[in-house]
Amino acid sequence: MKIFILFFLLFFYTSNLFAAESSTKSLPQHEWSFEGITGTFDRGALQRGYQVYSEVCSGCHSMKLLYYRDLIDIGFSEDQVKAIASEFTVIDGPNDEGEMFERDARPADRFVSPYLNDNEARANNNGAYPPDLSVITKAKKDGANYIYNLLLGYKDPPADMEVGEGMYYNIYMAGNQIAMPQPIYDESVDYADGTNNSAEQLAEDLVVFLTWAAEPELEVRKNLGIKVILFFIILGFIIFLAKNRLWREVH
Amino acid sequence: MSGPAEPKKYKNPVLNWIEFRLPIISYFEREYGDYPMPKNCNYFWSFGALATIILVVMIVSGIFLAMNYTPHTDMAFDSVERIMRDVNYGWLLRYIHSNGAAFFFIVIYIHILRGMYYGSYKYPRELNWILGVFIYLLMMATSFLGYTLPWGQMSYWGATVITNLFSAIPIIGEGLKTWLLGDYTVGNATLNRFFALHYVLPFVIFGVVALHVAAVHVHGSNNPAGIDIKSKGDTVTFFPYMLFKDALAVCAFGVLISAVIFFGPNLMAEVDNYIPADPLVTPAHIVPNWYLAPFYAILRAVPDKLGGVLLMFGAIAILFFLPWLDRSKVRSCNYRPMYKWFMMLFFVNFFILGYVGLKPAEGLYLLIARLGLIYYFGFFLIITPFINWIEKPKTLPASISDIYLGMNK
Repeated sequence: MKIFILFFLLFFYTSNLFAAESSTKSLPQHEWSFEGITGTFDRGALQRGYQVYSEVCSGCHSMKLLYYRDLIDIGFSEDQVKAIASEFTVIDGPNDEGEMFERDARPADRFVSPYLNDNEARANNNGAYPPDLSVITKAKKDGANYIYNLLLGYKDPPADMEVGEGMYYNIYMAGNQIAMPQPIYDESVDYADGTNNSAEQLAEDLVVFLTWAAEPELEVRKNLGIKVILFFIILGFIIFLAKNRLWREVH
Repeated sequence: MSGPAEPKKYKNPVLNWIEFRLPIISYFEREYGDYPMPKNCNYFWSFGALATIILVVMIVSGIFLAMNYTPHTDMAFDSVERIMRDVNYGWLLRYIHSNGAAFFFIVIYIHILRGMYYGSYKYPRELNWILGVFIYLLMMATSFLGYTLPWGQMSYWGATVITNLFSAIPIIGEGLKTWLLGDYTVGNATLNRFFALHYVLPFVIFGVVALHVAAVHVHGSNNPAGIDIKSKGDTVTFFPYMLFKDALAVCAFGVLISAVIFFGPNLMAEVDNYIPADPLVTPAHIVPNWYLAPFYAILRAVPDKLGGVLLMFGAIAILFFLPWLDRSKVRSCNYRPMYKWFMMLFFVNFFILGYVGLKPAEGLYLLIARLGLIYYFGFFLIITPFINWIEKPKTLPASISDIYLGMNK
């Protein structure tokens, strides 16, 4: 019987190895504030990250799943969100005359995409489609670290490597060739709050923002998780005492 | 049934009124109150109760998800994300449902392995075993259908690969595949019918589970010694003894599943499923859910498509015949010194098959899958029927109470 239990422990132990082994290349691990059982997002980093997204990424990458109203969650006031949204134009309609018309975006609108459709996006990017970034950190293995390293992974190609037309060398991209030119350099975004704007800092803030975009429920989830687990532990302990008392006479 | 027996009398007049017209009160009292359980049952006997609870949780969370889900190829992915973002506690519902499916299989696998190790499938519980395998089949179908619904890359390509298997059947294959899909390829018609079937199958499972439980209650539960109940002293009543034991198991399970739901909800998910389905882009590796992977390994271990499909379905079908393949009268592997080790090896082998099922079918992985395939069928067709020619089982204890007498000395 003991062997039986041992086997199951082994079973669960090795099933953990699964996840470890399936990641293709070992990524350098960065420390993130949202990791761990009490992880949270830093509001400052989130707002700076949004700035990096809107000044650098949003030229090519959409975030279709987000609404401007979502930005209230990262610490912008309602008026600020209204102001941010009004910088974008959406096509609405038809109006009473049956015409489509343009208007300023409102907080209840989704993030406006840089291109009208996928085909326009491809046509403007050498045929490569810039993926939507709404859930990008969940759509890649070890997403946060992957994006962070990818953004900083642009290097000169080794002498024996031919980099294709319109492609760039990146040590973390599968096949080492990526269609996206290096997006982030030192000082490519100026922070209003005077935070150091090295490439590493910009990439870190952006990844924090993208992780929030993919998992906006993360803080609530972890908070609730601790309570639920505590509930099961306490209830389990009471039942354990009752069960022992009950079974004492049986054996 | 020998006609209406004398109805039981209760103090509560409402209960009496119901009992007189439908003896359901005494039924529950008999089956879930006074029901005798062998007192030596260990915690492996709690997994049946756990599975039932998960089934209910899955059905309830699934109904609420369905209220917010749109089964259309253009909207399915976004509607799931809307559940995750804008529906109150929608993320919790969805993570409970997706991780619940994985844990359902973990629990069911332990439940099945327990049944195999302690010989619970043998006389007089053969029908019970068959119903159980039937539930397992329905679960696999349901989980496959459900995996299609979020309409991510793995949903689409998984559905494409699995439905393609039907085209391997000679003559009617292509027609059957088209009939199942409602189209020539996986598309909107497929998504609609998969959603309809995914909604209805759990209720079918629930019905078979009711039969499964009713059947086990006829002859009573098996136990780790695998011997029959001889006297009342061998048993404890379900209430309160087993109920408290099961409740403790539920709490322990609750801690485990909550850890995953709240702190690693995507650990068991494929990252590619967060990319919307794209029929023009094939993912590098199309992998099934890990709980179906052993059968996927068997499928790919065979170089011939039809042969692979036949062996894969054969691997499940052979489970139905286990009660008749095993010729030994001794139920529990604890008293079968040789078969016990072959049984353990079978479990390990099944796990290894699952592992290689998630890896690309080439080189060493393919070789391991083939060896695993041979042992899988060898276990059922050679070892199980013929081992009792050479195996000498240990002496069984005279009764369940005797086990404890020996221990106290």
